[in-house]
Amino acid sequence: MSELISVAAVAKRYGDRTALEDVSFAAGAGEIVAVIGPNGAGKTTLLSIIAGTLAPDAGSVSRAAGDVGWAPQQPALYSKLSVLENLELFARLERVADPAAAVARMLAQTGLGDRAEEPVARLSGGNRQRVNVAIALLAEPPVLALDEPSASLDPSQRERLWEFISGLAGAGTTVVFSTHNVSEAQRYAARTLVLSGGRLLFDGTPAALLGDGGEPAGGDLEHALVRFLQAREARTAER
Amino acid sequence: MRWLLRKDLLILRRSRLLVALLVLYPIAIALLIGFAISRSPARPRVAIVDETPPGETVKVGGERVKVSAYAEQLFNQVNSVPVATRAEAIAKVKSGDVLAAVVIPPDLTARLSSATEQGSLEVLYNGNALEQSLVSSTLNSALAQANLAFSEQIQQAAAKAIDALLQGGNVGILGAPEGLLGLREIPGRLQRIIAAEPPGHVRSELQRINEFAGFAAQNLALSKEVLSTISQPITVQSKLLHGRRTPLNTFAVVVAVSVSLMFVCVLLAAGGLALEREEHALARLLRGLVSRETLLAEKGLLAAGCAFLLAFAMLAGIGAFVALDFSRVGQWLLALAFGALAFAALGVAIGALAREVRAASLLAFLLSLPLALLALVPSGSVSGGFYAAISAVSFVFPFKACLQALDAAVNGASPAIGVPLLHLAGLTIVFGVLARVGLRHAE
Repeated sequence: MSELISVAAVAKRYGDRTALEDVSFAAGAGEIVAVIGPNGAGKTTLLSIIAGTLAPDAGSVSRAAGDVGWAPQQPALYSKLSVLENLELFARLERVADPAAAVARMLAQTGLGDRAEEPVARLSGGNRQRVNVAIALLAEPPVLALDEPSASLDPSQRERLWEFISGLAGAGTTVVFSTHNVSEAQRYAARTLVLSGGRLLFDGTPAALLGDGGEPAGGDLEHALVRFLQAREARTAER
Repeated sequence: MRWLLRKDLLILRRSRLLVALLVLYPIAIALLIGFAISRSPARPRVAIVDETPPGETVKVGGERVKVSAYAEQLFNQVNSVPVATRAEAIAKVKSGDVLAAVVIPPDLTARLSSATEQGSLEVLYNGNALEQSLVSSTLNSALAQANLAFSEQIQQAAAKAIDALLQGGNVGILGAPEGLLGLREIPGRLQRIIAAEPPGHVRSELQRINEFAGFAAQNLALSKEVLSTISQPITVQSKLLHGRRTPLNTFAVVVAVSVSLMFVCVLLAAGGLALEREEHALARLLRGLVSRETLLAEKGLLAAGCAFLLAFAMLAGIGAFVALDFSRVGQWLLALAFGALAFAALGVAIGALAREVRAASLLAFLLSLPLALLALVPSGSVSGGFYAAISAVSFVFPFKACLQALDAAVNGASPAIGVPLLHLAGLTIVFGVLARVGLRHAE
């Protein structure tokens, strides 16, 4: 698999607090990478650095911000504008070669063609998130960074969103997403990155994480993650 | 910038309530301030009890001045409510129907006629400390004016009596004979008698009486002038040192337009930028889609443009009712443009600090209104140190400079328009830089 993005020794501090420390990984075309970990682990900071909205104190990202589509945790949309107007605006700002075609493509991909004229304020949380992701994809970026894309969505909305994202990955887009929902990582990600205290503790498949966490194949990844983190804490305490 | 501007105009078009508030609220505030400045204070509603017997007069020499004339003077100074009794007056003050009551006592005539005692009035008032202060100062002023007018009447009566003594004739003083000799005529007549009198004791005595009569006539004539000087010892002649005198109503127009320009501009610029944060779009925009400088310029220009159009329409509209010099319209436009840009820069600086529209609007409002009021405090109305502090605060915000620029543009007032325009340009740069610093951390 050809490498589409690499993150090398990235570090970020907020005053005395270390948000990220020496985090490195790479992802290939069409790969879906889940970033999981407890609250304050540094997931959003890592996604923001990949997206180019935050500058790292050290380290680097191989892709420029313009090559990475970014969907923040809270949909970044203008609620008084319609779906169509939001997509058109960002297509223009992204200087997409054919804005009309890009907007039409995104409306088709999100399945929101029949609601294109509706103000975003009237859309459900799930549909807003779809528009949010669609905006990230307008310029057809090779890499997509999604910060907790399914937060605040109900199960059916989540299902539809993941169908959409899986379709993008199937077409070759590399997707890096953060989530609190570990089962989501288990179902949709090819790889999981476990962050805790700003450090990358694990980089491997969900199956490997199950094994490291003492769970059988097909077991509960959430249990495995908790045990994995407890074991790491115990080892650190022993040292 | 074009697409951002188009987006913001679309949002504004769909926010009708906000636009209506942005237009109507500043105009309402501006009109209130304008009225407060241009209109003289309303006459207080005061109950007046005149207990003096009807037709009572004060005797000055041969002249009689009606005491009711004093009450009439007082009636002219206040919004008078004549009442019959003191008890009725007290009831009206207590109920708040009148701010105060003035009781003219029955012995006023006797006291004024005695020439040894002052007349006195009784003033009854009620209310909180502020009302008491207002009533006290307003009534003192009204009573002073009534006293002045009454004393002028007495002075005129005294002057008339002096004239009668000097010129003689039918003096009109009760008991005085008809065709009375005037004091001025005595020296001439006496001189003729003295000339016919042989030298001796009688002649020398008559000579002494003649000298006294001449001296008395001269000094009595002088005393009439002294009386008029005493009644109004100092008169005022005013001269404006710089610029043109700005009529109060056109200055009120300038204040009203400046206030509207400020509110629309600051609220729109601050709210527009804060909206980007509130919609979580700021970080998305700033990751390479637009630069921070472009974003600030777009918000500032949109706010300045809208406020400029509103303020100009307001100025031109008011011009239909108040005499404004339309040949100076080029200067109006300059003053409005520079003022709008400075207010817009202040607005984006506020918007860069606030995280949501409501906080930005509140901050913009809390900052703008007191600054506008401070800039209107006239020198001399507060202590020197306090005025220096007010001036320093007013200097670092655009309202006073905008007011000066617009006053110079509309009324040709001093200082000339160049100075405040330069000041506004400087403030635009300073607040623009502050906004850029505030926007350094987008999220």
